[in-house]
Amino acid sequence: MYPVEHFPVLIVGLALFCGFTMLLAGYTSRRLPFFMSLAMNSVFLIMSLFILDHVLTVGPIRYWLGGWRPPWGIEYVVDAMNAYLLIIVISIVILGLIYSRGNVRHEIEERKHVTFYTLVQLMAAGMYGITVTGDLFNMFIWLEIASLTAYALIAVAGGRALRPAYNYVIMGSIGAVLYIFGVGWIYSVTGTLNFADMRLLLPLVYDSRAVQMGFAMIVVGVMIKAYIFPLHLWQPDVYTYAPSTISSMMASVHVKVMFYMLLRMFYSVFTLDFIRHYIGLDLLICWVAAIAILAGSIWAIKQRNLKRMLAYSSVSQMGYILLGLGLSPLSPWGLVGVAAHILNHAIGKGCLFMCAGAISQQEGLRDIRDFEGLGKKMPHVCAAFTIAALSMIGIPLTAGFASKLFLIVASLDAAQYPFVAVLLLSGLLNLVYFWRVIDQMYFVKHKGTENAAEVRETGKSLPLSMVAPILILASLCIIMGIIWLTNIPMPLINHILSNLRMGVTL
Amino acid sequence: MMEWLIQHVLEKYNFWIAMLIIIIGLTATIVKENLLKKLIGLSIFQTAMFLWFVSLGDVGRNILTTWGLKTGTPPILWEQAAEKGYIYVNPLPNVLMLTGIVVSAATTAVALAIVIRIYQKYGTIEEDEIIEKEKEFERVGG
Repeated sequence: MYPVEHFPVLIVGLALFCGFTMLLAGYTSRRLPFFMSLAMNSVFLIMSLFILDHVLTVGPIRYWLGGWRPPWGIEYVVDAMNAYLLIIVISIVILGLIYSRGNVRHEIEERKHVTFYTLVQLMAAGMYGITVTGDLFNMFIWLEIASLTAYALIAVAGGRALRPAYNYVIMGSIGAVLYIFGVGWIYSVTGTLNFADMRLLLPLVYDSRAVQMGFAMIVVGVMIKAYIFPLHLWQPDVYTYAPSTISSMMASVHVKVMFYMLLRMFYSVFTLDFIRHYIGLDLLICWVAAIAILAGSIWAIKQRNLKRMLAYSSVSQMGYILLGLGLSPLSPWGLVGVAAHILNHAIGKGCLFMCAGAISQQEGLRDIRDFEGLGKKMPHVCAAFTIAALSMIGIPLTAGFASKLFLIVASLDAAQYPFVAVLLLSGLLNLVYFWRVIDQMYFVKHKGTENAAEVRETGKSLPLSMVAPILILASLCIIMGIIWLTNIPMPLINHILSNLRMGVTL
Repeated sequence: MMEWLIQHVLEKYNFWIAMLIIIIGLTATIVKENLLKKLIGLSIFQTAMFLWFVSLGDVGRNILTTWGLKTGTPPILWEQAAEKGYIYVNPLPNVLMLTGIVVSAATTAVALAIVIRIYQKYGTIEEDEIIEKEKEFERVGG
């Protein structure tokens, strides 16, 4: 019997410890930090699988740090949703690390590699921390660890990345301060910071202006971090100029973890009763999400830089997840859509950003209009890009189709028909901007510049460590697309629904 | 009117002062073009929030009735406190904000480091001039 109850705190603690040890180990060898990070995260992946198994068979894990009872001490709570998210985060971090092996050499100076991997490991620790914690203030600390390292990791690219990184520092800090401000309002009313304790105490004071104010501030603060549409302004520049590894990690898991905070606020700190009857936020959130979906897609169509297009596509995809959250009070399928799309977007967008990085590394191309005939030069990367793009569009038997299906079922179930139209229209818009890229890659012939292109072809081919994660993620897009349509994820989904106290199972 | 003033303004003066400073800080962050001034605004914003949070822990202090009197004592274990009827200031907000100050210092450090890099690259820290130079770089392909 393994001491699974200790695993959440071990993952977080060891991740932090490993991060600082890597910095010291970097003095002996520059390669050592990468291998340490990879080894530790692989151990964490195994641990997180044990956690998921424990949660599904025994029940949620509640770990009291230092043995202090929850209202006074910090508590780590892992239920089905956390365990599921933890596995996604750790897997993407591992794949991102493997990818970075070939990519970092190209994008970052050699002397910065040790600090780069240290920061990646600390960012991962911050993300694991947000995922497992059950305490509002502790969540703030992990949020800041994940954000501060992200600021530095974006700025490490230098050049054009500096101004976006600075904007992100300012916007991110405002978001974090708003979050802790909201926590202060709620704390001043309830006198507790523990999720479960708050959930018990808050219903008595739902009428209080202070609680409603606190909720509003937390939601806005977290929405800045998760770039929900009107608050996304810092994001496109950041994703365009950050190192490709960081773009892909941030787009696939960093933002999911931020969004997870919102989910916790809705379900574990407040209740659906509050959301629906005291502030009437559910439909408002759906409409914000609908605008985000359409606006993100329309802006993506206008872009010529591949990474910037993917960044706007992320804004639109975060809208999908928010739509699921908004529909979830009305229909349990909304929450299924959230859970499915968190995974599907993580693998799809992670793959796309990695492809963008690979293309710019091998061919030096960033502009979509220069992608003529790329399909022949980089067959594996382009095939993976196509599969992931199809998944983003939502072609049947890819992962994206399943999450869109769940969201459409949720809108029908909740009798909110406009959102079905929004989802279908957005599928068309996604097709427009992704097809442009695929068209350039495979179907457009060289025009006169053939010789120039031939000359450039002498570039080295990509190392296996970069192609492998791309292909793994692309094949996951198809595998998950099939798995979501079967009965295999049903126990997990039922546990998520019952752990979040929806009171229904599918 | 007077009652409203007492109830909502004088008794909650800590809220009003903190909100005023928060608005000053946030305005500076949004309006100023100079990156350092933006950062100063952000620091004011964060510090005002800490001030407000710490003031939450104070108990038994009413600006009208207990002006100049000692009310909530420091949260130090003291045997005679209970029999003398003293009440403690809540230590938790202070502790939380101690952590918050560390976070704020770290944010400032990271932001200052980025500002230095920006100055090295562009030779200025005025945002509009930076944007102009970026366009220029794009034209010459730098």
